[in-house]
Formats: sequence, structure tokens, C-alpha cells
Amino acid sequence: MSHDVNLLHQGQDQRLVYMANQITTFFAYEPDEPAVAAIESHIRKFWDPRMRAKIIAYVADGGDGLLPRAQRAIRQLQEMNAIS
Amino acid sequence: MGLIQEIDYGTKPANAETLVSLTIDGVAVSVPEGTSVMRAAMEIGTQIPKLCASDMLDSFGSCRLCLVEIEGRAGTPASCTTLVAEGMVVHTQNERLGRIRKGVMELYISDHPLDCLTCSANGDCELQDMAGAVGLRDVRYGYAGDNHLDAAKDVSNPYFRFDPAKCIVCSRCVRACEEVQGTFALTIAGRGFDSKVSPGMEENFFDSECVSCGACVQACPTATLMETSVIEIGQPEHSAVTTCAYCGVGCSFKAEMRGEQVVRMVPYKDGKANHGHSCVKGRFAWGYATHRDRITKPMIRAKITDPWHEVSWDEAIAHTASEFKHIQAKYGRSSVGGITSSRCTNEETYLVQKLVRAGFGNNNVDTCARVCHSPTGYGLSQTFGTSAGTQDFDSVEQADVMLLIGANPTDGHPVFASRMKKRLREGAKLIVIDPRRIDLVRTPHVEAEYHLPIRPGTNVAILSAIAHVIVTENLIDADYIRERCDADAFAHWAEFVSQERNSPEALAATTGVDPELVRKAARLYATGGNGAIYYGLGITEHSQGTTAVMALANLAMATGNIGRVGVGVNPLRGQNNVQGSCDMGSFPHEYTGYRHVGTENVRESFEIDWGIKLDPEPGLRIPNMLDAAIDGTFMGLYIQGEDIAQSDPDIKHITAGLSAMECVVVQDLFLNETAQFAHVFLPGSTFLEKNGTFTNAERRIQRVRKVMTPKNGYEDWEITQLISNAVGFPMNYAHPSEIMDEVARLTPTFANVSFDLLDRVGSVQWPCNEAAPEGTPIMHIDHFVRGQGRFFVTEYVPTDEKTGPRYPLLLTTGRILSQYNVGAQTRRTENSAWHKEDLLEIHPHDAEQRGVTDGSWVKVASRSGEIALHAKVTERVAPGVVYTTFHHPMTMANIVTTDYSDWATNCPEYKVTAVQVSPSNGPTDAQRDYAELGRRTRQIEVAAAE
Repeated sequence: MSHDVNLLHQGQDQRLVYMANQITTFFAYEPDEPAVAAIESHIRKFWDPRMRAKIIAYVADGGDGLLPRAQRAIRQLQEMNAIS
Repeated sequence: MGLIQEIDYGTKPANAETLVSLTIDGVAVSVPEGTSVMRAAMEIGTQIPKLCASDMLDSFGSCRLCLVEIEGRAGTPASCTTLVAEGMVVHTQNERLGRIRKGVMELYISDHPLDCLTCSANGDCELQDMAGAVGLRDVRYGYAGDNHLDAAKDVSNPYFRFDPAKCIVCSRCVRACEEVQGTFALTIAGRGFDSKVSPGMEENFFDSECVSCGACVQACPTATLMETSVIEIGQPEHSAVTTCAYCGVGCSFKAEMRGEQVVRMVPYKDGKANHGHSCVKGRFAWGYATHRDRITKPMIRAKITDPWHEVSWDEAIAHTASEFKHIQAKYGRSSVGGITSSRCTNEETYLVQKLVRAGFGNNNVDTCARVCHSPTGYGLSQTFGTSAGTQDFDSVEQADVMLLIGANPTDGHPVFASRMKKRLREGAKLIVIDPRRIDLVRTPHVEAEYHLPIRPGTNVAILSAIAHVIVTENLIDADYIRERCDADAFAHWAEFVSQERNSPEALAATTGVDPELVRKAARLYATGGNGAIYYGLGITEHSQGTTAVMALANLAMATGNIGRVGVGVNPLRGQNNVQGSCDMGSFPHEYTGYRHVGTENVRESFEIDWGIKLDPEPGLRIPNMLDAAIDGTFMGLYIQGEDIAQSDPDIKHITAGLSAMECVVVQDLFLNETAQFAHVFLPGSTFLEKNGTFTNAERRIQRVRKVMTPKNGYEDWEITQLISNAVGFPMNYAHPSEIMDEVARLTPTFANVSFDLLDRVGSVQWPCNEAAPEGTPIMHIDHFVRGQGRFFVTEYVPTDEKTGPRYPLLLTTGRILSQYNVGAQTRRTENSAWHKEDLLEIHPHDAEQRGVTDGSWVKVASRSGEIALHAKVTERVAPGVVYTTFHHPMTMANIVTTDYSDWATNCPEYKVTAVQVSPSNGPTDAQRDYAELGRRTRQIEVAAAE
């Protein structure tokens, strides 16, 4: 699986999309639910709040370029944020 | 305080458990079976005269001084080559032995200059000592016979001189080069009276294969091989044991001093990482500590285009604190951060992260491990439960098969490489997986069983192929997996790697490696006895760096090669304290001991100890700090002992980020590349000027001891403390030992660590706590730290850095023996005699296609930028691959590397860049502009005289 390399060079939003897709690709072989949970957990544990806020806003704007599991993981992240 | 004198027992210790009792000069002694008579005598304090014997070397028996009499045996056997026997009665001194020894000494001295008073070894000469010991009073043969006194000196090596006139041909230097270093650069040329020590084929030392490790100099009993510094300064008068500040091997040295001047650094035999050996960097390349380029006064400037002006420490610290407070008031609490140094001590890195978390009130702290071994931390913690290697270095002595991947130990970790070579000479097998034909593939008396020359960027594919063979040919250790590992995770992984698409045949087009070679290598690793994996940055510095680390862990678990001596997964760490800087909580998401900042009870323990509420959210990593700077939300950075403008990838991105910040504070020895973008420069101190600890690649915590006053006025931890106090978070440490006490108090894996313990036992490997009071050499013995070992599916994902018509070659970067990292230290020593500039290694086929000749200028262009450097045409690299180092800032090698990075940790993909190479006639415009920028931004305003 390859990523859209242009994303890396088009500003911070696109860089975050690229990173999220990379994480998602690592879990590609895993079943759907645990994979989405693992992606969400990774972003929550390792991304600074401003990066998380940006990617959540990006998904809210349509999430163009994000892999489907990445989008779901980030929506889960948003829900977790709302709960906490 | 005097000189530390290490006892030389004459021969190596024996490891047998059976004891043998004998009598030496009427004194009963019991020693392990296999011990020499010489060593047994020394155990009871009886020093038998010797010249060719040393406990660093195998017994040789040539000098005829160590003769003894043994009751019931004929003649006078050499005590160094005679082993003890039960009931043996030995006499070391009597009239007959004295007469023989005196006769031998007469012969030595009849062909030796009688210049003891002016000799550089005066006071430290074994020949002189032995002449005294045997009571030599005259030489019956006179001094007018044939001799070697006019033999020419070899002064080609910058660090030591070879004076054959003083040589007694004891062969200690030759044997040290063979047995200790494993280079075989020296030999005894000629026979009889013509015998002489010769580097290579009668070359001088500099031009020979000698790697200047210093083992021969250390072994020499006379002034034949002598450090230039001793010749120039004289013999040292006191010493202290400290730890090398270069690579992650962590060699112990005696810093031998005259007052506050270093005379020489001598490897310490009791050092548990190096056992008395060294390399050219640690042994000789310490001159940077007093180099004229060192900045010793703080400096500030309003804009990076302004010249620097010197200020007092008070002013510099107050200015720094004021700027950071101002930035936080304007942009928010999270708008500043810090970078800790893997060259500084544990205590210093701990304080920087504490300053950021408690003083700045956020978690924006990161370290250079981000760009080297962060995937090791993440990968091994996920699979095994601990972010560190599993073994001690001594473990290699029981390895039967070494799988070496993505590391070049003879250049990057030379002292450990010598130990690997020794074990390989004893019969262990070696598998090398590397795009380059590194030296260990074939070096004197060592030849790899298999070299798998993979295409750069295909580590995960080759590891999947190896796993495929191990699983499908049923070479797994089923009992181990059943007892020690998560069964479901194993089954999931085994199903994945068994798929035909992961077979060596299916992946051959990807890896470029003959499938049969892969199968043979896999079988050898799985069935060859103790299998030990050693790896370096060739594994981690990829977009799949973490995946590859996990793949290695999978292999080790599948074959049961974890949890005992001789096996394991062993990361060869790059910098001296990169393990320690990670242990000390330098990452933005975790405190000391790798505990997440979001874990409430952990955070609370720090909050209680530090008396302040802490941020539960992870902070920014280095590349994200730079992104945020360009984005306008990160405006202040305190960098201790790192040079991200040279060492980090895609320099344009780095410098854009640094230029966007309002206050960059650089604390370093020199005005490094990053300092060009700084507003405050705080002069740092060298490892010779501070107390503290370093932790090496085997988790070994060792003392760093201060042997001279800091030329800048402060140890680095004191500077951080001053900043912390100025920003309003009080720190009041009087000594680094108090900082380590705090680390121990807050970190379960360090609970028992203290300076007192280290001073008492020398060193300990963490975990060091109630369960393991003096440390843990081998991890995961009965169970994994995480409970059950966890297999991860490691699907190969090709890098997005693709070759194509415009960029058809793959550039990979690395290091060379004589230089270290960004070269800030080694470039300011005589080491540059071996490596004056970075070169581009290119295969003859690729060179010919492009009209490139050896030594000519070439341009290297990538999607990120272009540089020019000289070419080195060599078959060490495969066709399609080029290689360079990044030791010299003017090369700007990292202008061409990309900002692709590891999926889990953002460790950059230094090892794969698509490039084109073409002839050039000199430096690029960017290199010229950069040199000019360096000149402009390094100007220092001279204060007017009062």
C-alpha cells in the first residue's frame, strides 16, 4: 500500500493526513474494530492536542484523503474527547 | 589522588568452577583449573618477572623472563604458559632463576638505547622495571655490537609514535592488534636479528590497515609505541575513571591527568562494556575539549542576522527566562519547549525534561533519539514490554549465530565489533543483511556465512521472508512460544508470514536477494544454536523502522532466542547516552522509565514530588515542533547539546522552522549549525568537566567523573537549573547525585541506583531495584516484562520515496570510524586526517555510466535539494545504491534527505533517498550560500575596552 506523497508537502493538515494514513496502514492486516481502536489509541497517546484538534477538524470538514479506518478512528477520538 | 594502577595478572583468568590447590614460594593458593602459574602467583601478590605477558593477551612464552622451577619437573618452564596442577610446588625465586633472568635482560639491554632519563616512558617502562627486578647491574656484551638503535621512527600517526630502536620484539603489539582489536594490521617481519614489528606490508602506520584503536600502544612495555601526548607533556600524575562520550558502547577510561590537563585516556580493564579496549575516538579524540573554537561566554542577539555579543551569565539567563515568559504570555503555555541531549548525562537530560514539564508547564520535550532509535523504544516495548535491548555485551561470547542487520559495527561501534570478531574467530557464524558490503562481510579471519545485499528500504520484506522459512519449514521453538508468548497473536502472525506472498521467492524481486540465500540464512539463524540479533540505524531510520524492530522481535520469539545468555535482540545505540536520554523521560509522551504522561498515578507521583500540577497531554515531537513553528504556534526552543540543523533530515524544513521562532536558545560547546538560527547561546561543558552518569546500549549506567573545571563556568545541569529558577520553578540541587536520587525515587526500574552504588560496584544495568539490587544483565529470563511476548503482523509497505527516471539511484547515509555524528567533536581533532570530507560512494558501473571518476566532484540531486561532493568509486555499494556520511556541515548531506518518517515515531527515513548523480565542477550554489550564511551568522561583536 502506498500513500499519497503529495500530502507530505502541502502544509500541516496534509502532513497530519499522511501520518494518520501511515498509522492506519500498519494495522491494515488486523480486523476492523481492533484496528480502528489501535489507530485511535496511537493518535491519542502520541499526538499533541493541537495536532489532534487539527485532524478532528479536518475530518469534520470531510476528511479528504484520509483512509476510511483513519476517519473512523479520528471520529472515535473526537467522541472520547467529548466524553472526557 | 594518585594514578589508578591496575594489576596485570600476566595471563587471562580461567572460568572453570573446579579449584586447584598448589604452593608457590611456600604459600598455599587455590585457583580455578586452567589458570597459569604466573596468574596464580599474582593472586597471592607474587609478581614473577615478565615482558611478553599481559592479562589482555593469550600466553605467548617468548621473553624467557618468567621462568620458574616446579618440583618434580625438569627445566625451568615459563610460568605464563604452564598451567597449575593439583599439589604443584612452585619456586619463583632462587639463584638459578635469577641468573637466567639476568642473562636474558643483558641481551635485551645490549640492544636498547640507554636514554632512560629522557625517555618518554621513564616512570612507566616495564623493561626498566624488569631490569630493576632482576638486579641487572652491567651488560657483559657491551653496546658496540650490531643493534637497531638507528632504526627510523615512524611519526605518521597523529596520536602515537613508533620508535623501533626501543623495540624488544615481544610481539605484544602484534598480538593486541590480532586478539584484542582483530584487525591484524601488524606483523613481525624478518627472522632472527632482523625481526621487527611492521604495520601491513612494511608500510607506515598511517598508510597501513591500522585503525588507531591504541591497543598496541597500551600493550607496549617500552616507549616503542607511545602516545604523542605523553611524549609532549610527560607522564601523568593522577587519574579518574570515567565514561567515553562517543558511541553507545560506553567504554570506561582512565582519564590520566597532570593537574587539569589530560595527558591520555587509557581504556579501563574493569570497564564492563569494553574490558580494557578502545577505539580511535575514545582513546585519542578528546582534543576538542580545549579547542580554540570553544565558546566559553554566554551570548545573545536580537535577530539571527545580528552579530553575537557576549554577556554575563546573569544577563543571559534573565534574558532567556524573560523571552520564554513573554512568548508563553503571547502564544500560550504550549508555545515553547526543549530538546534534551544524548551526549549529556542522565542527570542533565532529566533536568531539561523537568524544566519543560514543570517550569514551562507542557510536555514539549524531545530528544535526538527521535531521529535514531525511537522505533527501538516503541517496537520492543510493544513486543517485549521494555524499550531497550535484551542482553549485555558479554552475551556475545556465547552466541553461535549472529544476525547483523542495518549496522556497521566496525565503524559505528568499533569496540563491540572487536568482541564480535573475536567470537566469530572462535567459530560463531555471521549473517549480514545490508545493502553495502560492510567490513564484517569479509575481514581478516572473519567471513560472513551469508551476506544478503538487500535493496535499501526492504528490511521488512526480507524479515518476512526469513519468518516465512522459519514457520513453513517448522523451525520454530514451539515449546518456547507455548510457554512464553501470546498464542493468538502468534497464530495470527504465523498465518500471515506463511502466505506465499511472503516467501523468499515471491519477495525476491522486492529485496533483490537470491531466495535460496534467504532460506539458508533463515535455517542457520533458527537452528544454529544461540541466535543473537544485532541491529542499528539501518533498521530504524525508515518509514517502517518500528515495523522492522517488531519483525526482529518476532523472529527472536519464534525461535526461542530471548531470555538467556548468547541470544537476544540487541540495538546498537548511536550516541553515548541515547539509551539514557530516553530512560530519563525525554520523549514528549512519557516520564522516566517509559511511563505515559496520561497515566494518572504516575503523573501524580511526579506532581507530589515536584509540587506542581502537570500537563496530562503528550507534547510535540521535534518535527512537529518545527511544523508548529511554521504554523505560528510554537515560538521558543531550548536546545541542549544537539545540532538539529545538521543532523536532522530535510534541512530546509528544519531551518524554516527554526527561523520562524522568536527565541531559540542553543547550549553547546561550539557555535554549531543550529546556533546560526539562535538568539541566545549558552556555552556548555564537556564530559571531562562534569559529574554524572551515562547509560550505554546494554542499559549499563556508568559514572562520568569531573577531571577539570568547566571552561564555561558551569556544568550543563547547573545551567538548566539557573533557567528553571529564573522562569519561576525552583531547583536547588547541589550535586548530580541528588538528581539521580530523585530519578531513583520516582522510577521503579531505577529504584536502587545511586552514585554510591555505582562508585562501589562500577556499573549496573537497569532494571536495578529491590528485585535486582545490582542490576539485570539479561532481560526476560522467565517471562517477558509485558507478561507474554506479543507477535505483531509486520506487513511490508514500500517507502513512498521512489526511484524513477529523474532520480534512479538510492542514497543511503551512515557513519565512518574516525568521525562521530555531526562531527562537532571529532572534526576538531586529528581524526580528520582520516576523513577530511564526506565522500559519495558509487559503484563502478553507475560511475562509468555517468562519466564519474574516483575523486571527481559530483552533484547529488533529490526531490528535496542538491549537494556536491567528491566521489569514491567502490564496489562496497551495490549498483543502483550510493552512500555518504553526514559528518561535515559544508556537505549538507541532509539537504537531500527527505522528511518521510516512521509511521509510529516519526523517526526520519535517512536510509532511503532517491537521487541522481552527475558530474559537477564544485560546490552547489546552496552550499556556497550556506557557507556565507555561516560566516555572517557566527560573527561575534567584540566589546569595547573600558
